[in-house]
Amino acid sequence: MDQAGSRQYPDKPTKVYLFGTCLIDLFCPEAGIDAVQLLEREGIEVHFPADQTCCGQPAHSSGFPEQTRAVALAQLRLFPEPWPVIVPSGSCAGMMRQHYPEVFADDPGLQAEATALAERIFELSEFLVHVARVKLADRGAPTRIALHTSCAARREMGTHLHARSLLAQLPGVEVAMHEHESECCGFGGTFSLKHPAISSAMAGDKVDALQETGAQKFVSADCGCMLSLNHTLQKRGEGFQGQHLASFLWQRTGGEGGQR
Amino acid sequence: MSAQPLNFVPASEFKQRAAVAVADEHLRKSFRGAMDFLINKRAAQFPDPEALEGQRSLAEHIRKYSLARLPDLLEQLERKLTANGVKVHWAENAHEACAIIIGIAQRHSTRLMVKGKSMVSEEVELNHAMADVGIEALESDMGEYIVQLDGEKPSHIIMPAIHKTKEQIARLFAAKVPGASYTDSVDELIGIGRAVLREKFMTAEVGMSGVNFAVAETGTLCLVENEGNGRMCTTVPDVHIAITGIEKVVEKLEHVPPLFGLLTRSATGQAITTYFNMISGPRQPGEKDGPREVHLVLVDNGRTQAYSDQQMRATLQCIRCGACMNHCPVYTRIGGHAYGTTYPGPIGEIISPHMMGLAATHVLPTASTLCGACGEVCPVRIPIPELLVRLRGEAQHEARPGHPPMVGQGAARSRLVDAIWSGWMALYTRPKLYRAFGWLATRLRVLTPPMQGGWTVSRTPMKPAAKTLHELMAARKRGR
Repeated sequence: MDQAGSRQYPDKPTKVYLFGTCLIDLFCPEAGIDAVQLLEREGIEVHFPADQTCCGQPAHSSGFPEQTRAVALAQLRLFPEPWPVIVPSGSCAGMMRQHYPEVFADDPGLQAEATALAERIFELSEFLVHVARVKLADRGAPTRIALHTSCAARREMGTHLHARSLLAQLPGVEVAMHEHESECCGFGGTFSLKHPAISSAMAGDKVDALQETGAQKFVSADCGCMLSLNHTLQKRGEGFQGQHLASFLWQRTGGEGGQR
Repeated sequence: MSAQPLNFVPASEFKQRAAVAVADEHLRKSFRGAMDFLINKRAAQFPDPEALEGQRSLAEHIRKYSLARLPDLLEQLERKLTANGVKVHWAENAHEACAIIIGIAQRHSTRLMVKGKSMVSEEVELNHAMADVGIEALESDMGEYIVQLDGEKPSHIIMPAIHKTKEQIARLFAAKVPGASYTDSVDELIGIGRAVLREKFMTAEVGMSGVNFAVAETGTLCLVENEGNGRMCTTVPDVHIAITGIEKVVEKLEHVPPLFGLLTRSATGQAITTYFNMISGPRQPGEKDGPREVHLVLVDNGRTQAYSDQQMRATLQCIRCGACMNHCPVYTRIGGHAYGTTYPGPIGEIISPHMMGLAATHVLPTASTLCGACGEVCPVRIPIPELLVRLRGEAQHEARPGHPPMVGQGAARSRLVDAIWSGWMALYTRPKLYRAFGWLATRLRVLTPPMQGGWTVSRTPMKPAAKTLHELMAARKRGR
């Protein structure tokens, strides 16, 4: 696994691909649109291959390599131009960057393609910081937010610091630290279905910690964690909710005119 | 062969026990507090991340190197120990290990054996096997003594009684230790335990210990401990029996310090333990103390299965520091007993299937969000999340071509689960079908089922958005 900081970043491109992820596609498409708008505002043309579905992570983490491989193969050739592929989710980005090469370990040709694709995979906040090198202009009222970084972003992509560095560009946004910040929120994909008691306990502790900061909302760069925590909060009848980082940044910087 | 079945609680009933454990506020609070304490102690020992990575690389390589040469090193260890006067025994499974130890104890007409801390002896359920033949096997590590007194198993590999409060221990001692009156002073409680054990060290015919590192080149058994009970068990009784897994061997003495340094720092946040014993043989002519007989029992118990697979061999790199459980958000929520295995937490999830078979343990590798905290802190860099994924697969499928089947291979297989993943694959490999599904799901969002299995236990149901990202992006493209 590559560590944060060891990656060589390319110059800012004029065109990129977006891999939207299956969760964003069906459950929070506004986060995908806001990611596109953030990129377009930087003068980058965003291409969204219509045949994309899912990175294959659910089958991979459940121990179904054949099904993983088939679904991954269906994504592998959707990005023929040598442009970066932007993924607005740390765990899906981690799947494509860290695990695709091993998924195709049985076929050197496909593995070479997977490795080449993996090199072009960027988690959204990582791309905004290191490749697009965005300068954000804060257009909102002072606020205090909490940040939940996914475990995949933290440990597979080393991108947990990127969201923080983007938020640090916004002088009106205070980012509160919460207790056990680096701890998992209990989502874990199919884990939340297989082990509901443990998953609920973890999600409950996480929303407690986030709320204890006195923040107005929390922000996350991973749709899976965010949905799990938001639905937990809704079940508890809490008004406190999370928002995808892309949406928060887009709204906070006033949309189209938000460049510094 | 034993009074109680080999496992007090079946690992297969993990989910029920985990549900009970997470509902126990007291247990949740005490494990959280204890794990935070250990996490902070460890972190204080590794202020420099770069230095830590260097130490981890060294330790990982020593363990990999040792395992690569394991058959040779074990033979060398046996030769050296034999030359030093130590009798070496090989046990393929728990039953053989217990039989060997009982045999030695019976030859010496033993009534009482005192034990230093040994997870392998827990693994083979030695105490119960001994009890069956009328020999008392008394734990002398304070934590082990406490859980034994209460008829429990350890809930943590380093801190066996971590699930107990001092008040619980106070009540236990008052009830079970003859002559002890109630006190909840920790020092006084330790004093009570120590007084009992002192007496036992003097009368026991056999002492037992585990082994942290066995050095092949010199025939030295290294034992890491804090309480001094390990030294008592290995020096006072006339017979010392050491028991360990076959993976604990290293080639040279110089391989020990890097592992020792990481073990104590990772486990308890200590730079060094109060005792580090190096045992290389029985009492020699002219020496005034030490055991007259020393035995080493080398236990396989499923380790060869892990060893014979290139990827799963990494499981055997473990030096049993327990850092993976201290940092595991699942272990922290449910404690060690819920697992129903000798080794709980992440290391238990990857090693228990080899010891107990996948039929009994296949649920354990699923009890992880794959958050990666365990792999991140493992001092010998065992890729625990990758091994969890691998074991999930082995439980769901026939053995891969060219791989011998694991014990319990495919035990979690079900037609329903296979059908779900086949359906999933069919949908996600057909873009047109997938888009049609998304269109339909968003149009029928009002029909979203209110109960969605485990998800809605503590969450509101997932409801599709009004339009998919695919639709929104297609509309943007048309409008451009």
